Amino acid sequence: MPQVEIVGLTKTYGQIRALDHVDLTIRDREYVSIIGPSGCGKTTLIKCIAGIIEPTEGEIRIDGRVVNDLKPEERGVGYVFQEIALFPNMNVWDNITYGPRAKGWPAERIRHIGREMLEMIGLQARYNSYPDELSGGASQKTAVSRAVSSGAILLLLDEPLGALDSKVRTDLRYKVRRLVQDLGLTAIHVTHDQEEAMSISDRVVVMRAGKIVEEGSPMQLYSVPRDVFTANFVGEANFLQGAVVEAGEKGAIVEVSGYRVGTGDSSRGVGEEVVLCVRPEFVSIESGESALRGVIAEQIFQGSVVRYVISVSEGLTISADYPEGLEPRGLNPGDGVGIVVPPEKVLVYEPPREGLAKAISLE
Amino acid sequence: MDVSKRFGRIFAIHRVNLEIRDGDYVCVLGPTGAGKTTLLKCIAGLERVDEGEILLDGRRVNDFPPEVRNAVYVPQHYALFPHLRVLENVSFGPMAKGVRRDEALVNSHKMLELVRLDKRVDSLPQELSGGMQQRVALARGLASGARLLLLDEPLGALDARLRIELRYQLRRLAKDLGLTVVHVTHDQAEAMTIADTIIVLREGMVEQMGSPFHIYQRPVNLFVANFIGDTNFLEGIVSERGTEGSTLELRRSLHIKVADTSYLPGERVVIALRQEKTHLMSAGMRAANAIRGRVQAIRLLGDFIKCEIRLENEDSVSYKFLRAGAIPGVGESVMITFRPEDCMIFPYPSTGLSREVETT
Amino acid sequence: MKGHQERVGLMDRLSAEPKASMGLYSASALFFFVIVLLPAITGILLKWEKIHEALSDATMLSRASAALYASFAIALSVSLLDLLAGIPMAWLIVKRDSKLINVIDTLADIPFIVPTVALGYSVLLFWSGPSGLSSLFGPQVAIEPGWALVMLLHFAFSYPIVVRLMVGEFRGYRETYELAARTLGASAFTAVRTVTFPILRPAFVAAFLLAFARSLSETGATIMVAGSFENGTVFIKRAKDAGLEGPLVLVSLALIAISVAIFGAISFLGPRLRLPIRNVWPNFERRLSGYGGWRDLVTVVAFAVFVVIPSLFIALPSGTAVLDGTLGKAIAGQGVWGDYWKSLAVSYAVALLATMVNIVVGFPMAIIIARRRFGRRACAIMDALVNVPIIVPSVALGVSLSFFWSALGSLPEFWVLVLVHVSITYTYFVRAISAALEGISQEIEETARTLGASPFTVFRRITLPLAKYSFFSGAIMVFTRSVDETGATVAVVRQLKTAPVLLVDWVKNPQLYGQSTTALGIGFLVLMSFIVLLALRLALWRRR
Repeated sequence: MPQVEIVGLTKTYGQIRALDHVDLTIRDREYVSIIGPSGCGKTTLIKCIAGIIEPTEGEIRIDGRVVNDLKPEERGVGYVFQEIALFPNMNVWDNITYGPRAKGWPAERIRHIGREMLEMIGLQARYNSYPDELSGGASQKTAVSRAVSSGAILLLLDEPLGALDSKVRTDLRYKVRRLVQDLGLTAIHVTHDQEEAMSISDRVVVMRAGKIVEEGSPMQLYSVPRDVFTANFVGEANFLQGAVVEAGEKGAIVEVSGYRVGTGDSSRGVGEEVVLCVRPEFVSIESGESALRGVIAEQIFQGSVVRYVISVSEGLTISADYPEGLEPRGLNPGDGVGIVVPPEKVLVYEPPREGLAKAISLE
Repeated sequence: MDVSKRFGRIFAIHRVNLEIRDGDYVCVLGPTGAGKTTLLKCIAGLERVDEGEILLDGRRVNDFPPEVRNAVYVPQHYALFPHLRVLENVSFGPMAKGVRRDEALVNSHKMLELVRLDKRVDSLPQELSGGMQQRVALARGLASGARLLLLDEPLGALDARLRIELRYQLRRLAKDLGLTVVHVTHDQAEAMTIADTIIVLREGMVEQMGSPFHIYQRPVNLFVANFIGDTNFLEGIVSERGTEGSTLELRRSLHIKVADTSYLPGERVVIALRQEKTHLMSAGMRAANAIRGRVQAIRLLGDFIKCEIRLENEDSVSYKFLRAGAIPGVGESVMITFRPEDCMIFPYPSTGLSREVETT
Repeated sequence: MKGHQERVGLMDRLSAEPKASMGLYSASALFFFVIVLLPAITGILLKWEKIHEALSDATMLSRASAALYASFAIALSVSLLDLLAGIPMAWLIVKRDSKLINVIDTLADIPFIVPTVALGYSVLLFWSGPSGLSSLFGPQVAIEPGWALVMLLHFAFSYPIVVRLMVGEFRGYRETYELAARTLGASAFTAVRTVTFPILRPAFVAAFLLAFARSLSETGATIMVAGSFENGTVFIKRAKDAGLEGPLVLVSLALIAISVAIFGAISFLGPRLRLPIRNVWPNFERRLSGYGGWRDLVTVVAFAVFVVIPSLFIALPSGTAVLDGTLGKAIAGQGVWGDYWKSLAVSYAVALLATMVNIVVGFPMAIIIARRRFGRRACAIMDALVNVPIIVPSVALGVSLSFFWSALGSLPEFWVLVLVHVSITYTYFVRAISAALEGISQEIEETARTLGASPFTVFRRITLPLAKYSFFSGAIMVFTRSVDETGATVAVVRQLKTAPVLLVDWVKNPQLYGQSTTALGIGFLVLMSFIVLLALRLALWRRR
């Protein structure tokens, strides 16, 4: 049975639509991330699920039961706040066991779950520390275990890793994922960091301006996004605009700034305006003849990746990523090069009504 | 403008020596609490220096108040003046320095055009998005005529994706205007991408300084090797040392060959191996090192795929690769290989390996 | 936007010079120590020997101890009652939003705005006068002047302080903690009890101490309603009128010493008080959470009966006085009215001067405290010392100050009065400004410096505009507190009378000054206060 069902959820503040008729189903034990730019409504969504915000319209069902009228303490949902919100007047032990205590569990059971949780997060030695004495990572782990200690089977995480350094974030995200998995929980994880979402989720939901843009597995969203916004948001992408000049069974040729680019999409007719999208790691550089040409504007060493920014025409640049060590030798900024883009890796979209720039804008 | 400092301070920064060339884009990289903000504030003149000197353009500025140093400080949350509109914010600097009002306004408009906010001159800071506020803060710094920009986590308050996009624009702006920038961050990917020089700071001390390429290829110690890039760490003991390389014994008597020859047999070492230099062995490949292992997990990171492998000797490594080719399945048995020259060897730390590479 | 050019001027260069700014801060700190703190402490010590007089007289001694005991007992109980009543009221104001709540919010400020002498007379007439409660329920309901009436008075005038402080705290409180507790399964009541209140405990302690200090300090209105009952302040006034310096010094010294001790003890122990948060009674507390409506009702009714109506009651006799011809006499300045207008002039002159002095010397002091100009420890000490004028009951402070200034030589009474008022109100302005400064992130000022602004320019263009609101409200507080002041004034004056002191006289001598006259006199004072407040508020809005 699906764990969480959201039907037509809407939340308005005067003229502002924080949520606009959102429909979402989350299955038992799924780890779902909701990503999107600031203000897209992702936090509002999970606050409605938790009962912290009352929706204007729509239904929320947990395990088949409509919970709209239930108070937060009656929903059995664990929530990890963006600010962590460990109770400053209690130590780690009291924080973690707060839920069981508030629910009136017998003392022995409270002790048992407290010990279990501490062991799971590896903070047995810090049980008596107060929140202001803990490191960022330790605080976060305490907050997560606090949310699940009283038996919640649905865990909502609101930008749980926001306040941490990059390295700590990358390490902690896997620990949280493992914890959720070991406990057999269903989790909804809200974040603006698409890499974080991609690396640990079963499914990713992309939101923008109160609506769901697209959802799918991380691989799907990255390789075959159905929307240009998703394509740009979920990873870096090169965008080209042009018109179809040849169309056939196996694909089409699109003219971009006077150059010809092949695609594997056979659904477009000649003359149609299209937007092309291709990921930097699929763009190659050739020294010989090529249908697409440009001049190397920049060579950026990024550690494990070397990126070439190639200027094709006025206002149009294409980035090509190579694993470090495998980049073509002897290239310098200013060199003229050929650009090769495998047609099967080119994604084709209809030009967005509001214009490409607005459609992919992150702000 | 040249900046060079020799100074020390017991608690926050200790004997930091560095030199920054005119026009350089320098990133100070380090974990929270490393002293990066203190360093910036000392240069700006907002904190007193206990020992040592700060020289800007060859002149000792230790006793100069901040307003004459011509080094603009931009804190993480921008510190835009909430009671002034965007144009007033940007023109604050020149006017405070005595520039005539009309001149200051013209200059401010130009700066706002540069950051593409010329349409929002009458807005109040709280009406703008995070990214826009950041640009106003930049314009304000630029308008003041300073040649040195001190940016404290300028992209820290922004969404991850926006951060990636804006970092290039930040660097481009600095280069176009010929500014010297000291940019503090804890994000190593950011530093690697935009810096000419990176300074790695830890607990108040400089661990390493150099170009991104140099620091990445030749980290000077385990901390730097771990902090920048994705690295595998293996513990071992030198069993043989030859002229062309050494053999190391890992856990469960597994032997590997490395190109390094600086350690004597019997010495305890740590091998640092970049995850992108760890490869899946394909059929017919010949390699100096080949270890069997089992796939524990696959992580999709967008452009990269990362596989976690448990080796036959119970050690764990990850390898990552670009341009998704064939992805092995979880539980599959695979062969892992790496080149001897890609192994970076470090002495085993006296405080223990986990302490050195610990992040949480 | 300002229309003039900014130039790097003298003030800019001067402010960047560390010696100049240090000089300014030192001067300000010196003023505090020499004019405010020193006289307050040493004045009373000058008359140390007089204590023997009092100690040797057994009856006087027992009377004095009874008075002291009464002061502290009343202060303690009233403060607790105010907390008990004020917290649910603040909760109501913050959590529920409606037009009615806004009205209640405004009404809750009334005892704040109305001068305490007016409050005293109003309370007197309402609870014990023939036209008040007894007119509805019969004369047996009337509460005679005595300790009960004093308690009702103190409860009413400390109520708004507690509520204002609590409203500010609840509004600033991060609701996240409570929400976190709710999502973990705690009912609303449990969450508030185990999480919110413990976190807000310092605020409760602060509110308690403020109400406590006010109750100990209040003189004029207390005299009006005390009848033959004596607490510390009443005793002091009587001793002064009788010229008995011994008992005067004894009780004053005792008040000072005990208040400081209690303050210190509560400030230290308060945060360490452990409320039972470990134990939870889920079912019981869940049911309690459902009684919110009843609690609100009781709160509002209690508020109306014990605070609003008694405070506003003065409007009736004042209105009557306007209609029965007293108004004409008043405006003409006939008879006693001549003295009245003179005293009003004195009150406002003193208040104005005290406010101006406080602004000039208090601002740098606030900067010293908020920005720790003299180092962390020294500034923490100064922070604590700045509180002395409000911890110590104003009448005791007045006694000490009068001894000091008269020992120093023949300063005209008016100026002694100004200095006394400066001392009494010093804390309010400094507190208001330092709180505002602490709210302005230092980053903003630092960034402005690196953009090229001298400390003076930063102050002028950044700090002051951002602190504008607190500046005005601090100044208003000083002004109204000075106009309101009775305690220290009563202890200091010989010939001169400020308006409230005059009015206390009128109330205590009903045979000389009829109810109409007194009511109208008080009515004018209230009206003037409202006008001044309104004018200042308008000035604030205009500048925005």
